[in-house]
Amino acid sequence: MQAEAIDFPTQSSSQLPEPSQAAAEAPRLRRAQRDPDWVRWLLTAIALGAVLLIVGLPILFVFVEALAEGPGTYVENLFNDADTRQSIYLTLTVVPIALVANVLFGLAAAWSVSRFQFRGRAILISLIDLPFSVSPVVAGLMFVLIFGLQGYLGPLLRRDGYSILPYVTSLPLSLMAVALYTLLRPGVPSQQRGIWKHPLPVTLGGGLALFAVLVLAQQWLQLWPQNANLKIIFAVPGLVLATSFVTFPFVARELIPVMDAIGPDEDLAAVSLGASGWQMFWHVTLPNIKWGLAYGIILCNARAMGEFGAVYVVSGHITGQTDTMPLRIEKLFQEYNLPGSFAVASVLTLLAIVTLFIKSKLETHIARQTSHSAGEAP
Amino acid sequence: MANVNRRVLPGFSLTLGYTLFYLSILVLLPIIAVFLKAGSLSFPQFWAAVWTERARAAYLLTFGTSLAAAVINLLLGSLIAWVLVRYPFPGRRFIDSLVDMPLALPTAVGGLVYASLYVKTGWIGRWLEPFGIQAAYSRLGIVLVLVFVGLPFVVRTVQPVLEEFDPESEEASASLGATRWQTFSQVILPALYPALITGFALAFARSIGEYGSVVFISGNMPFKTEIAPILIVARLEEFAYGEATAIAVVLLVISFTLLVSINLLESWSRRHAS
Repeated sequence: MQAEAIDFPTQSSSQLPEPSQAAAEAPRLRRAQRDPDWVRWLLTAIALGAVLLIVGLPILFVFVEALAEGPGTYVENLFNDADTRQSIYLTLTVVPIALVANVLFGLAAAWSVSRFQFRGRAILISLIDLPFSVSPVVAGLMFVLIFGLQGYLGPLLRRDGYSILPYVTSLPLSLMAVALYTLLRPGVPSQQRGIWKHPLPVTLGGGLALFAVLVLAQQWLQLWPQNANLKIIFAVPGLVLATSFVTFPFVARELIPVMDAIGPDEDLAAVSLGASGWQMFWHVTLPNIKWGLAYGIILCNARAMGEFGAVYVVSGHITGQTDTMPLRIEKLFQEYNLPGSFAVASVLTLLAIVTLFIKSKLETHIARQTSHSAGEAP
Repeated sequence: MANVNRRVLPGFSLTLGYTLFYLSILVLLPIIAVFLKAGSLSFPQFWAAVWTERARAAYLLTFGTSLAAAVINLLLGSLIAWVLVRYPFPGRRFIDSLVDMPLALPTAVGGLVYASLYVKTGWIGRWLEPFGIQAAYSRLGIVLVLVFVGLPFVVRTVQPVLEEFDPESEEASASLGATRWQTFSQVILPALYPALITGFALAFARSIGEYGSVVFISGNMPFKTEIAPILIVARLEEFAYGEATAIAVVLLVISFTLLVSINLLESWSRRHAS
């Protein structure tokens, strides 16, 4: 039903059995599994050699090259180059926005998919994985085709005496109001009086009315400069869009199995005891899924920080303006500034090492939790 | 059960609505835009963009290198998975976590390091140079980075199957007089086939779209070391959006076909297993 990740495999796949567990197996069985010693040594040597040559040596090489001219030059390369500094700031601006957007989506998708049955549910689950199978370059191209100067929405972004910013700001605000209403609505029917009684007309009508009021108010106050020539491609919004697209599935695909394993019983109990949606989410659902959520976030973050192809296409590589850290690595490499390039690369490598470390810690938490809740099930 | 949930648990329409909204805006609309743009070309235009000599060379190179890398990953990956599961050795956990590294490491860093390691003066390149092997800025270099990028897939699909493999079937095979090699090739290997094929397909699919690491090591010479994603970027930089989109559609169709076949393969092997 669900495609295995073209990116990170799920947490369950990398669990090794504890050595003690293998030792505890009956010796009778182990004899049948024993290979001749020379086969054992030869295969272990090949596997070790391959992993060290393909992965180990390159990791070591990053730090050796970055520090080749001493720690002083390293720090200088990293912080005294204005363009490199700018690329670090840019990455630290783009990644959190994409991360928040994908976490909100992941929570919503996991809740709707793992708690409710509806038609097209299987299709929705496989659609979530779709961005993994799109080449990053093609992903970038998509946004150029929509928002570029010759793109489908390009003319709209350039039209005179007109700004789309009121719409862009009002949409998330009205969505947030609708979300707030749904979350605060009491779960017990006896308390659902007044505006809580009919959720659908209130959210639909209220949301639309709020959207209209916000747009009109902003236009009347002339809050935004007319025809600001809103740039999406070759600017930060394009980078955010491309990064969000590429990292879109991570949080959702980690949360769905975790929520499935935990089951709806505790959420149901909270609601039937009178908790509102928000109280249930904050006190019951979130504590249950926190390790899975953290797992999805660090994987999403690692990929977002390192994204190259999609960002390369939408950025226009304007040095000092739209170069993120991976793009800066490439530019320094093209300029034959290898120490500078490796200095930036070492920061991202360090991040990858930290990510893997946290990942393995979280895997033990998640394994314990899912086996715990599976054991409780009747 | 499900209907009870929908009446009792809050947020069904909110979360599903938001999920569909976000999915449509960020994923579905852009994909539709690509096909719309490609559809605005007439067929001869589309064909002229997709089937130039340079484009054909790029497809061939993309497929050839991806296939070579996926085959190497299949052999190495299953060997690594076997060693990690069957032969305990000191530092096994460390090696196990190193296997995940290509997924966490930005592809640009991978490309930068491989390009620097394999140039003529690099740590590894200088040992290959006397044999006349040019690793960087050649097809071999592309295969090397694709092996790096795809390494985790086969290991991570085969490993869990090997861990759950019932030792009693090996025991039975041995007690019926099979040699160790017969047991491996006729009892263990058939059980691994679905995982091997899935891992191979995943590594292959990932390699086809790869850009960030290849751009460093390939040298990007048209007809020689220019893969399809690099050709798309080259067309974009000439502002030839139509041609870039046409090639992108070819890549998209290939990767969607791969995705669907991986899914079918998985459901087939799951049905076969039970």
